[in-house]
Amino acid sequence: MTPFTTISGAAVPMLENDINTDQIAPVPTKRSLKPDYRELLFFRARRRDDDTLDPDFVLNRPQFAEPRILVAGHNFGCGSSREAAVWALVAVGIRCIIARSLADLYRENCLQNGVLPIELPMEAAVAFEARVLASDGAEPFAVDLYSQTISGPGGAPIPFEIAAADRIRLLEGLDDIGLTLKHQQDIAAWETRTRAASPWLQSAIRWEPAEVQENVL
Amino acid sequence: MSVSPYQPQTLFDKLWSAHLVTQRLDGRDIIYIDRHVLHELHAPHAFEKLQAASRGVRRSDLTFSMQDHTVATKPGRTETTNPDSAQFLRAMRAGSYRNGIRLFDIDDAEQGISHVVAPELGMVLPGATHAVPDSHACTVGGLGALAFGCGTTELEHILATQTIALKRPKRMRVRLDGSLGPFVTAKDVALRIIAEIGVSGGRGYAIEYAGAVARAMSIESRLTLCNLTIEMGARSGFVAPDDTTFAWLEGRPYAPRGPEWDRALAHWRTLTSDDEAFFDREVVINCAGLEPQITWGTDPSQVIGITQRVPDLAADPETKAKMERALAYMGLEPGTSLLGLPVNRIFIGSCTNARITDLRAAADIIRGRQVAAGVQALVVPGSTTVKRQAESEGLDRVFLDAGFLWGESGCSMCAGSNGDRGLPGDRCVSTTNRNFEGRQGRGVRTHLVGPEMAAAAAIAGRIVDQRSSF
Repeated sequence: MTPFTTISGAAVPMLENDINTDQIAPVPTKRSLKPDYRELLFFRARRRDDDTLDPDFVLNRPQFAEPRILVAGHNFGCGSSREAAVWALVAVGIRCIIARSLADLYRENCLQNGVLPIELPMEAAVAFEARVLASDGAEPFAVDLYSQTISGPGGAPIPFEIAAADRIRLLEGLDDIGLTLKHQQDIAAWETRTRAASPWLQSAIRWEPAEVQENVL
Repeated sequence: MSVSPYQPQTLFDKLWSAHLVTQRLDGRDIIYIDRHVLHELHAPHAFEKLQAASRGVRRSDLTFSMQDHTVATKPGRTETTNPDSAQFLRAMRAGSYRNGIRLFDIDDAEQGISHVVAPELGMVLPGATHAVPDSHACTVGGLGALAFGCGTTELEHILATQTIALKRPKRMRVRLDGSLGPFVTAKDVALRIIAEIGVSGGRGYAIEYAGAVARAMSIESRLTLCNLTIEMGARSGFVAPDDTTFAWLEGRPYAPRGPEWDRALAHWRTLTSDDEAFFDREVVINCAGLEPQITWGTDPSQVIGITQRVPDLAADPETKAKMERALAYMGLEPGTSLLGLPVNRIFIGSCTNARITDLRAAADIIRGRQVAAGVQALVVPGSTTVKRQAESEGLDRVFLDAGFLWGESGCSMCAGSNGDRGLPGDRCVSTTNRNFEGRQGRGVRTHLVGPEMAAAAAIAGRIVDQRSSF
């Protein structure tokens, strides 16, 4: 995973609450195992009814052509578990979401992809949003995960909180699977204990022969 | 974090500590996953990444693969009925085969939506943990399982380690008091809860549904109730198992048998929240007098009772702007009734409402009647097993004779990943779980309801109250 240390660039305001994964990465009409995630990002919202790009949609405006930070309201990323809704942000260069709050699953998917999810308390969020709107992409904002600060035009640096564990994982770009595999012995021990105490959990055996098998025979 | 054995515990606490392998270096809890069910929209990515990292599947014997999201629903379907689905179905087949995972393929007699199939085959057990790379994994909480919807990287993590690394959620209890009137269902209860606590009300919690209404519910109803947990923002929701659960589960193909069943049953009877156990949040909803619910907007909290009117615009500017946008998309005005609103598309299906009891309830309303002119109505059973059962009861004839299309099992129009979609401007009454803009097709206006109201709307060609219309 790409480590996250500091980033600097355009902060895109999308302040509506409850922006869902169907908006962020809609199911495309033509589906592919390897879609163009850049294209997928806010695919519908970026377009007008006649399929031309809507020049007023924030991500279509020239100052946000190379976005780095997304600024959102409450419950950003609610809806489905599709990780494409994070991959699409990464594909255009967004590495940090600063929101009033993020949906649980979406936040986890961010951490898995080196995207820093920042949740600001209400008062700080309101002040920061005003600065982002006032700047309107004219000057960059910067996020520093070492010092846990957001800085940029219109005021003093804003400190933010993040769980120490998540911070280290992002700073070092730690592979989540690698972290757990350090505990393989613990996992094996759990399985042994459970096989004795609750054997039905450790085996998923089919008791009835499947109808299909009968038909085949 | 360990909990003293002398402290009263919630059911969630008991399940969490029973599955806690250890705490990881970064402070997350490693939770063992007893059953892992995959689907073809997301698993192929994880198979590929696993292979690239030269990692294997730790417990392929506890893992199952399902073809559900992209499968065609057209009778006589093959994997190329929807041309761009074939790549997903083939990648799923190859990855499952390579990793020794039992696949329920498109032509399997037990294929279906994973959240329907896993309970009906007894793969899900009370007190077990369950994961699916789909947010509606929470459905199987209806059997008293602790389920987690997960992302693609988490899915890869579970394949490699048979565990998921989580931060422990807080505990919420939603107590459902009273009893439900005729034609009022688990779907209506769930929509009402979302209306009360909002689409982010459950964020950071695992939810236990309790109270007289949850106790009185059939397992199918509990599965519907738990299905909508993610629409409140919570990843997991469940109903403590009881005799209804045990009776429903006994004899199912993957459920334990003989002495092992007796041993499991003795344990399952201990799976309740202790009296005096502490919940971080308690919500009480009185269901007496609850009427059938319907969504008017573009998120599942924008809900009214069928005889109520679309609410007036909120004073708070943010809520007001959100409502205005939803109303514009839905083509509705504040203060109007939805009763009598013409509809042209009906979908009965999905992991929310496509079990046999849902199809029976819809068929009871449709029997001997005709779908209104100009309405396209589709029923997609939740599994091939449900489809076969329905056909043995003659329900397929009831739907077909009325003018419904009778599909093969899959996720279909719930998310449209298989190409089943409406057209711009369609007003669709749907038994699914999300009424997001564009979810059922660009410009499609979705109203979420229970199966009875969907059936009634198909016949009337407009939104009606199923209690008074038939």
